[in-house]
Amino acid sequence: MGGLSDQPRIGVYICHCGTNIAGVVNVEELTKFASGLPNVVIAKNYQFMCSKPGQEMIIEDIKQHKLNRVVVAACSPRMHEPTFRKSLQSAGLNPYLLEMVNIREHCTWVHEHEPDKALEKSKALVAAAVVRANNLEPLEEKELPVVKSALVIGGGVAGLFAALTLANAGVKTYLVESSPTIGGKMAMLDKTFPTLDCSKCILTPIMNEVANHPNIELLTYAEVVDVQGSVGDFRVKVLLKPRYVDPAKCKACGDCAKKCPASAPNEFDAGLSKRKAIYITFPQAVPTVYTIDPKACLYFTKRDRMGRPICGVCQKICPAQAVDFNMQPKTVEINVGAIIIATGFETFDPRLKKEYKYGVSPRIITSLEFERILCATGPTGGKVLCPPDWKEVPKRVVFIQCVGSRDLTVDVPYCSKVCCMYTAKQAILYKERVPDGEAYVIYIDVRAAGKGFEEFYRRAVEEFNVIYIKGRVGELVIDPETNKPIIRVEDVLTGGIVELEADLVVLAVGLRPSPSTLKIAELLKVSRSPDGFLQELHAKLYPVQTAVDGVLICGCAQGPKDIPDSIAQAKAAASAALEILAQGFVRTIGHVASVDKELCSGCGICASVCPYDAIAIKVENGRRVASVEDVKCKGCGSCAAACPSGAMQQKHFKDAQLMPVVKTLARM
Amino acid sequence: MTSPTKVKVAFYWNASCGGCEEAIVDLGEDLFKVLEAVDIVFWPVAFDFKIEDVEKLPDGSIDVAIINGGIRFSEHEKVVKLLRKKSKIVVAYGSCACEGCIPSLANLWSKSSIMDYVYLKAPSVVNEGNVLPMEHVRTDAGDLELPAFLDTLKTLDQVIDVDYYVPGCPPTPKVTLKAIETLLSGNLPPKGEVLGASKRALCETCHLNETKPEKLAISEFKRPHLFIPDPKKCFLAQGLLCMGPVTRGGCEAVCIKANMPCSGCFGPLDNVLDFGARALSFIASIIDQKDEEGIKRTLGSIADLVGQVYKFSLAKSLLKDSIKRKEG
Amino acid sequence: MSKSDFEPKIIVFACNWCSYAAMDLAGTSRTQYPHNVRIVRLMCSSRVTPEMVLTALAEGADAVLITGCHPGDCHYLVGNYKTLARYVLLKKVLDELGLGDKVRLEWFSAGEGERFAQYIRSFVEEVKKGAVSPKMSMSEEGV
Repeated sequence: MGGLSDQPRIGVYICHCGTNIAGVVNVEELTKFASGLPNVVIAKNYQFMCSKPGQEMIIEDIKQHKLNRVVVAACSPRMHEPTFRKSLQSAGLNPYLLEMVNIREHCTWVHEHEPDKALEKSKALVAAAVVRANNLEPLEEKELPVVKSALVIGGGVAGLFAALTLANAGVKTYLVESSPTIGGKMAMLDKTFPTLDCSKCILTPIMNEVANHPNIELLTYAEVVDVQGSVGDFRVKVLLKPRYVDPAKCKACGDCAKKCPASAPNEFDAGLSKRKAIYITFPQAVPTVYTIDPKACLYFTKRDRMGRPICGVCQKICPAQAVDFNMQPKTVEINVGAIIIATGFETFDPRLKKEYKYGVSPRIITSLEFERILCATGPTGGKVLCPPDWKEVPKRVVFIQCVGSRDLTVDVPYCSKVCCMYTAKQAILYKERVPDGEAYVIYIDVRAAGKGFEEFYRRAVEEFNVIYIKGRVGELVIDPETNKPIIRVEDVLTGGIVELEADLVVLAVGLRPSPSTLKIAELLKVSRSPDGFLQELHAKLYPVQTAVDGVLICGCAQGPKDIPDSIAQAKAAASAALEILAQGFVRTIGHVASVDKELCSGCGICASVCPYDAIAIKVENGRRVASVEDVKCKGCGSCAAACPSGAMQQKHFKDAQLMPVVKTLARM
Repeated sequence: MTSPTKVKVAFYWNASCGGCEEAIVDLGEDLFKVLEAVDIVFWPVAFDFKIEDVEKLPDGSIDVAIINGGIRFSEHEKVVKLLRKKSKIVVAYGSCACEGCIPSLANLWSKSSIMDYVYLKAPSVVNEGNVLPMEHVRTDAGDLELPAFLDTLKTLDQVIDVDYYVPGCPPTPKVTLKAIETLLSGNLPPKGEVLGASKRALCETCHLNETKPEKLAISEFKRPHLFIPDPKKCFLAQGLLCMGPVTRGGCEAVCIKANMPCSGCFGPLDNVLDFGARALSFIASIIDQKDEEGIKRTLGSIADLVGQVYKFSLAKSLLKDSIKRKEG
Repeated sequence: MSKSDFEPKIIVFACNWCSYAAMDLAGTSRTQYPHNVRIVRLMCSSRVTPEMVLTALAEGADAVLITGCHPGDCHYLVGNYKTLARYVLLKKVLDELGLGDKVRLEWFSAGEGERFAQYIRSFVEEVKKGAVSPKMSMSEEGV
């Protein structure tokens, strides 16, 4: 049974609350009734219990009458439980030894016309509260220290800004990025809407700031492989993949790549060009170090009859002797107080929409591929030319919106938010470079909600004469003679069928959660929303927190969004992380789950139920038993309700504390 | 010939399938050790002592009365009350005596509807005279008295004061031996305790417990006769309704070893007020559904919910006195 | 006790975040409702066990109302789905025992004070009219 080892000595205090309570029930009679209840040492009533004299009365009585439990019958505990808990603390009593009875909101205010019944009910409620008070126990809110450092996973624009915000606030921040350089998708863009800023030009200063910041430790070409612990004390294992090039020695002169005989599709050009097996993602990569792709490199993939590698050219000619084929993967362990996930997105795979014939004709490309064509650092130096030969200037480009968005046939019901804007941008950039070309946009709706967005879209239509046709593409066929795509669409605004032969078709692919987002979610036990992105704690109020304390999310990992929104969310996530780190400690709550290991059979039902993964089944003394991590427990009590043997209980709401209340109320 | 130093033991069976009697015999060689230490003064299934013999014994002279079976007839009530008077210790042996067991499911129906069905309406019944059992029958040879069919099936402790309980349907030989050894040891535990079995749930000793995944998430419940489980994985995780988590251990998971999920015959653990209520709480807690439709669909795949969760314990349910008994 | 004098007793389980707040709101708005309810405060509706509900009925309550946040709004993310699942099974059992009208589950958001009061008014009426307290039914049927 609950309770202190000594005999309960209960003080009951009935509040008049002016006439709010006393005007309906006879408080004297209620007080007399209370004084006769088990273990009640003193029962009083007073005008306003929450006032200073009222609270002082309680504090005095606790000291004078050696009370060890207090019952206050007054307003709702949601109002004044903290007030009276403080009173108990002032008197040296544990704040959890207070029980409040709601005889105002739940009684006198709602049964004004039935004062006799209200008094009867008040007696029942007070009796139940005294019964509960008899079984209350002192509870502890533990303060656990927090490691004042943070981990940001993902080096795209969101991750970069999150890391900078934390670093500028004085927090040691690790930034882990799985590709050889930071920068993410933003580094692949030519210009950004609606200002048409050069993307790399605004991004590279940020990348350099991150690289040079004394508080940021940059771990590129690295992946998080294990996470243990909880908020304030995460122990993270990071795998550092081998570049086979020593970053301390490499000067990025590029001689190795010139001579390298092997090549592979260039991911940075969305596959439109090739790069060498030894490569740098782009010239302004951070860190500015070359990397060897072991899947393409001949040293790793081809051996002669004697088993020796057939190539090692780069190692021979590197003037800095930076190539080291014997590099091994290394795992480092870091200890952080908070983790921010900024793992970004990938584009929708248009091969899932067979009707758009992506892959059938080289003239049908994705928006990301078109972006690379537009980019001065891309496969064509910024000239708009048709793949794969790069000889023909397309005179008619048709952009198809909502490819892999708002489309239940591919299980993507949501809108990817940015495609209307990036398509308008791409159409404008095309028209700038090919003024006599025709740009068509086939759309369902144009969503241009952000600052300057509507104006930008109007520019595309009015200034650049981009032709917008509202309708869904009914048919896309490849003309067998010209090999050009022919698009047939019903223009719903005019009612006519439009047939367009295109030199180039650009599919505005939607945003999907990236593979690393899915992996990290599993590792950190962060749930995913129905759309596949990471689930925020509350759709309205807590957009950057997750159900796992100490793990924050931002950028496209949380859902499709553009650059300014990603940055805003990144800073929000950093600020949420700072809330944890700046305080220096995390506090557990008092009413956590608690298991009687003697009764526990290790059946694991409780662990299945916990929404916060606060319960683990571990072997202790040769038996599997449940073990609660107090810092993760939020005190819902679901595990206690699920426990088939009664071994799992919730402090302050144990069966032994609740059942007598239920019985008293059912009987009275 | 009774010996003054031997422990005097009585066995009795009420509404019983006989399995609990067999369970005693199943002690095998250990039975001889027990018989050496005890003097059996009453055991209808094995000895010829009559009730009159028991009536002649001094009150409290029987050391231990081990009673199995539920109280279904007036005769049962009469005899157990007699045994209570004559015995120092009364042990409720087996699930029927402890919690009513399967026959207590009859409490879902009214007495009259049971009589009607068994004697008049059941498909295989031939009863031209529509004769129902009568307590008094006048025959040419004299008056006959038959025991009355009581209105509900009761557990032993709902009729007399019970000192100890041995759970199981039937209790296993190990549990039985342990219980008897405790009783004969002279070192008696506090009154009301369960003897011979564990204080923890069956999962503790089940060899499949460690194969449970971190999170149980069942989307459909399977029925044992329609599904052959993988014998190396926790049955509950496979969708079979195994009562292991809510059932007292001690049987060493014999059913699981025979590829059947636990049905709960060892009854509830000490802190549990209502076995069926606890069972349905944990079952509902491990389903894999996050919307109302899905929840209803998955839970709808459980056939005969009352039979599943109250198979052995209906007579001990918190609602035993409130059941609106069905007519027909 | 004649049926017209019958004053049912209804135990209500409320969660700290939504439904208890709704009941508070009914109070601050002075929305009047019958005195027959006794409210038990928990952190989450998922703390409610079928055993608690059955204990309430066995000890003299005529009906039990389990309340919590609307699905999707649970302060503890998915607690109310557990509550719902347990209630579905409990209701099934109670239906078979002929006691299905004694337990209800209803969601109330923190702003639904008026709706709570209305719900109680109609629930109390229904319990008065339809159901008879469990103890009474036994004495009427006889053994």
